[in-house]
Amino acid sequence: MQQLCEQLLNGLNLGSVYALIALGYTMVYGIAKMLNFAHGDIIMVGAYTLLLSGSRFGLPWWASVLLCTVICCVLGVSIEKIAYKPLRSSSPLTVLITAIGVSYFLQSSALLIFGSNKQKVDSLIKIKGFTFYGINISGESIVTLSVTIIIMILLTLFIKKTKMGKAMLAVSEDKGAAQLMGVNVNSTISATFAIGSSLAAVAGILYMSSYGFVGPYTGSLPGIKAFVAAVLGGIGSIPGAMLGGILLGIIESMAKTYISTDLADAIVFGILIVVLLFRPTGLLGKKRMEKV
Amino acid sequence: MAKKQMTGSEKLILAQTQLKANLKKRKKTVFAVILGIAAFIICNVLISTGALGRQGSGLLVPICINIMLAVSLNLIVGFLGELSLGHAGFMSVGAYAGCLFTIHANLPTIIEFPLALIIGGLTAAVFGVIIGLPALRLNGDYLAIVTLAFGEIIRSIINSLDFTGGAGGLKGINKFSNFSVAYIAAMITIVVIVNLVNSRHGRAITAIRDNIISAEATGINVVFYKLLSFVIAAFFAGAAGVLYGHHLAILKPGTFDFNKSIEILVIVVLGGMGSIPGSIIAAIVITLLPEVLRDLSDYRMLIYSIALIVMMLSSSSTHLAELRMKIRKKLGLSGRKGVA
Repeated sequence: MQQLCEQLLNGLNLGSVYALIALGYTMVYGIAKMLNFAHGDIIMVGAYTLLLSGSRFGLPWWASVLLCTVICCVLGVSIEKIAYKPLRSSSPLTVLITAIGVSYFLQSSALLIFGSNKQKVDSLIKIKGFTFYGINISGESIVTLSVTIIIMILLTLFIKKTKMGKAMLAVSEDKGAAQLMGVNVNSTISATFAIGSSLAAVAGILYMSSYGFVGPYTGSLPGIKAFVAAVLGGIGSIPGAMLGGILLGIIESMAKTYISTDLADAIVFGILIVVLLFRPTGLLGKKRMEKV
Repeated sequence: MAKKQMTGSEKLILAQTQLKANLKKRKKTVFAVILGIAAFIICNVLISTGALGRQGSGLLVPICINIMLAVSLNLIVGFLGELSLGHAGFMSVGAYAGCLFTIHANLPTIIEFPLALIIGGLTAAVFGVIIGLPALRLNGDYLAIVTLAFGEIIRSIINSLDFTGGAGGLKGINKFSNFSVAYIAAMITIVVIVNLVNSRHGRAITAIRDNIISAEATGINVVFYKLLSFVIAAFFAGAAGVLYGHHLAILKPGTFDFNKSIEILVIVVLGGMGSIPGSIIAAIVITLLPEVLRDLSDYRMLIYSIALIVMMLSSSSTHLAELRMKIRKKLGLSGRKGVA
């Protein structure tokens, strides 16, 4: 029972990180209709920024967080401007291959700059955990969960209440019609990438505080799993990304404990295939008619 | 074009141009066959005289393997127009099936090895069907991510099984792969895929690429042709895997990761999606490049990634297309079709 609760908490912890990354995927997919393969690698860039700012230069925690977010945000927006914007009317295949190219570019640049060895990143979270009815609750879990909840509330308010949020919804619904209504599609897409990448930076910081090591390929697997989470929840749906992320995190940590560590990834990907087979729109996704 | 009734002379001209096109096609085929045989003879002469050296002849089999992988992936990416990120998965299934067969069967090599190639290919093809049936209801990004997931599932399953040797790898494989076998296998791959692409079925496949909805409306069985392309591509990827296993004499699940799939994709994209000669040339260049430019080996992946991005941007950006036309005009090259 105690182990079950601890694993559930671990799963929630991991799942919140997945949910934050999945939000970036799902927002970009909803608005730009593209799978941003490089999204996972932005986490890696965030983690390396954290390594340099926190462990090397000894900046205070709030400065590190700010620096990470700004760098990831700028990186995300510039990737969109340089690589994806010229391809807006191209076939999905072209865009996807470009995104894979960008992802590889980030990975191999990190490999050249930092080397292939994994490096230790000091956790920013200094809060002590406590024990509750014999269940250990770590400081990392408390911070991760509360940060995720706050971000999700803020994001929902942003989408519902602000002009830019409404513009995002409009563009994701129908790009052409939104443009006719006077929505600036280009700046809306840039804003989406900015928000998605900033969320990835936060996710990277939280991921690093729990796992502690960064290498050039750190971002790719959590990135792909977060995409699975986004699909599980229904791509394009923001509550779906949250739900999918948390479910996936719990499933993964349960599979690791009770089935097999080796097969945990296979189970996660198996879920993706099963979901796409029986409910391609995900748990909370809307059905979309295919128009000719 | 032909709204009004064609006159007799027009019909004659049409027939003549068709005849000319057929002749041209036949000439091309004859040229390709001669080129294929000549390359085989030249390589064999170079090996037997030792002009290539040990290192050079060691690269010939990987070149053939990469040609098989690239040409088969090109069928999916270039002609069917879907992205498969699990080609390494098909390759690994085939490799393990074929290598386990040669380890456990005690037949003479001449029978055993071709049989292993076929078994490897068929096993991969079966997996092509297994993954294909659910995945092919999807398209675009979803299909790409499912093939990726499939590749990762295969890798972790092979990693955790006992009879595959687990993470330590499968050892004790005989080194059956030599240049002749690899070359013949690569040739069979090319011939089968070229003929498929130029046939009625190939036209159905390219129709699906160009517009899936109108292809379906024309009565093309989209699911069947998608499945057919996946199965054929998987078969040759599996056979290439068997060659790979019998070339290195050891198989490790880590080799067949996502990066391997991307490497094959890089070959296809660089050679030109939908161009089989392009895939062949790119496979040769990409296999040789790291050996020739050893100093640049650290930068290999960086160069690949930049090449991917630049290729995609240049192939679909209108500005660049205009620029290319201008350069062509200045150089006096008359108009080939600029935008694909």
